[in-house]
Amino acid sequence: MISAFALHPALILIAGAFLLPLLKGQMRNMAVLAIPATTLVSVFLLPDGKLWETSWLDYTLAPLAVDQLSRLFAGIFALMALAGGLFALHQQNRLEMPAAYLYAGSAIGVVLAGDLITVFVFWELMAIGSTLIIWSTGTPSAWAASRRYLTVHLAGGVILFAGITGHIIETGNVGFSAMQANSIANWLILIGFLINAGAPPFSAWLPDAYPEASWSGMVFLSAFTTKTAVYVLLRGFPGTEILIWIGIFMIFYGIVYALLENDMRRILAYSIVNQVGFMITGIGIGTEMALNGAAAHAVSHIIYKALLLMTAGAVLVATNRRKCSELGGLFHSMPLTTLCACIGALAISSFPLTSGFISKSMVSQAAIDGHMQTVWLFLTAASAGVFLHAGIKFPWFVFFQKDSGLRPAEPPLSMRFGMVLFAILCVAIGLWPDFLYAMLPYAVVYVPYTAAHVVTQLQLLLFSGLAFFVMLNYLKRTPTITLDADWLWRASGPAAGRTIASALQISLACMRKGFAAANVMLSAAINRQRLPDGFLLRSWPSANMSLWVMVMLLSYLALYYLE
Amino acid sequence: MKQKHWLDNPDNVRLLWRGFLLTLVLTVALGALIDLHPHFPIESWFGFYAAYGFLACLLMIIVAKAMGLLLKRPDTFYEGDHCDD
Repeated sequence: MISAFALHPALILIAGAFLLPLLKGQMRNMAVLAIPATTLVSVFLLPDGKLWETSWLDYTLAPLAVDQLSRLFAGIFALMALAGGLFALHQQNRLEMPAAYLYAGSAIGVVLAGDLITVFVFWELMAIGSTLIIWSTGTPSAWAASRRYLTVHLAGGVILFAGITGHIIETGNVGFSAMQANSIANWLILIGFLINAGAPPFSAWLPDAYPEASWSGMVFLSAFTTKTAVYVLLRGFPGTEILIWIGIFMIFYGIVYALLENDMRRILAYSIVNQVGFMITGIGIGTEMALNGAAAHAVSHIIYKALLLMTAGAVLVATNRRKCSELGGLFHSMPLTTLCACIGALAISSFPLTSGFISKSMVSQAAIDGHMQTVWLFLTAASAGVFLHAGIKFPWFVFFQKDSGLRPAEPPLSMRFGMVLFAILCVAIGLWPDFLYAMLPYAVVYVPYTAAHVVTQLQLLLFSGLAFFVMLNYLKRTPTITLDADWLWRASGPAAGRTIASALQISLACMRKGFAAANVMLSAAINRQRLPDGFLLRSWPSANMSLWVMVMLLSYLALYYLE
Repeated sequence: MKQKHWLDNPDNVRLLWRGFLLTLVLTVALGALIDLHPHFPIESWFGFYAAYGFLACLLMIIVAKAMGLLLKRPDTFYEGDHCDD
């Protein structure tokens, strides 16, 4: 049953993606903004419930199912597409924007899917859209990174598909609702979801691929894949305890690798893994407070991470440099970009009055409510670490530190609009959290602004700031990268493959030589028998013949008497 | 580079530093004055959040440095792997 009035927001955005290449000039610019704006409005016009239902084979699919949680994610995805489109208006590449809208549209498709089959279809479309964004950059390194990216995601898709198939066979149910990690099929689904979340041991795909996208491409990439994974984990596996520890691992992985990193956008990529870690931990804790916190933090995170990447993109456009060791002192000529970067940095660090403060603290509060002291201690240390690796490090090394002598101009107007829009949102959500709280899946009984919370958070953050400046000498950027698990498939794997291949080749050559020698000997031996003095062609003496006739006659006689 | 930015003046930077240190002292003092509603016993230690934040960051930097010794490579390490066909 398809109700006529419910337009599918994902299909609006995807149809828009195919429309964009046909348009030019002002028409195209209008469409770039109008398509996600329409999508955004259509998300909030949808009533709750399964709006589209159709049967396919023996299954009842629900490609459009809406509740509080899916509306929140679809809404923030549409808003992200709108702001990203605004920021990227200036992008000359004609492939990137349609790819980004296909990508964003399929992410919305995943969060509005009421069954696992629809989830899978949009999941794979997302992989295609995001790969196209990286391809559109057109550099050899982006091409290589996109192939690694696609390999990881297609492998993840295969695992997810196996899991979904198994799940449907076991339960006979295609509906997408909370599951337990209690069967092989469900474990496969969980693993498929976690690969997209950037969980270990596959975290490396994210900082490997995203920073190879263009200045605007990475803004889109940062928002959808990981947060869609957060959404499906929120819906599919709330309260799965192992997620707490996976989340905490991701949090510290992100911090440590970002501290060692030199490329400004790779710093931000590691911090995506770090922030998603907070959400995964919240999902693992699984109480209403924790799940609300994970959802709220996903929304805050999409906004401030896009803002940070917009400022990084502005710097990339203006200077064509990505490395902290080659940047610095940009606040002189890019004051607005600097201000926006600082607001994003304060928001990611959860400073009071910003969006991070009112969302991340809910996860910590859930750990406190559950009396999980160890988890809480990890989360608190990690909050300090976020300020260290992203909150100060990114703005400090890019916009302040030593003067690099660069005096680039501010970016074009459309980029500035995109940045300012999200900077305002970072602060607005921090100032009026009730607006966001009202959209969360469960009723919120949490007051973020208490004197105790503000003071303790300030202590924590300001002293980690002190640690940054005290240890500044140890944080000086060097033109290095840090090896990650992807070393296995980028260096040691191929090397091992080459070694095995050459060993195989050598042994094959040896065997071939051996066979050839044996062959020569055998054919010589056979050939010899075919010559005039060979065994069969030789002339035999007549005495031989009469001997054998006698043997035959004697045996005939013997047999006769035996009868 | 016509006129100097106020942040380029070392006096102003020194002033900022003083303001920062003063804020640090203030937050710790405030923490002693107001009721922090501690949930875990460890939270009621004097200046717990300040000390914990500082030490945690120190530890993370040291761990990162130590891992860097093992895992750091020049950023040209993977170069050329895009023509491995």
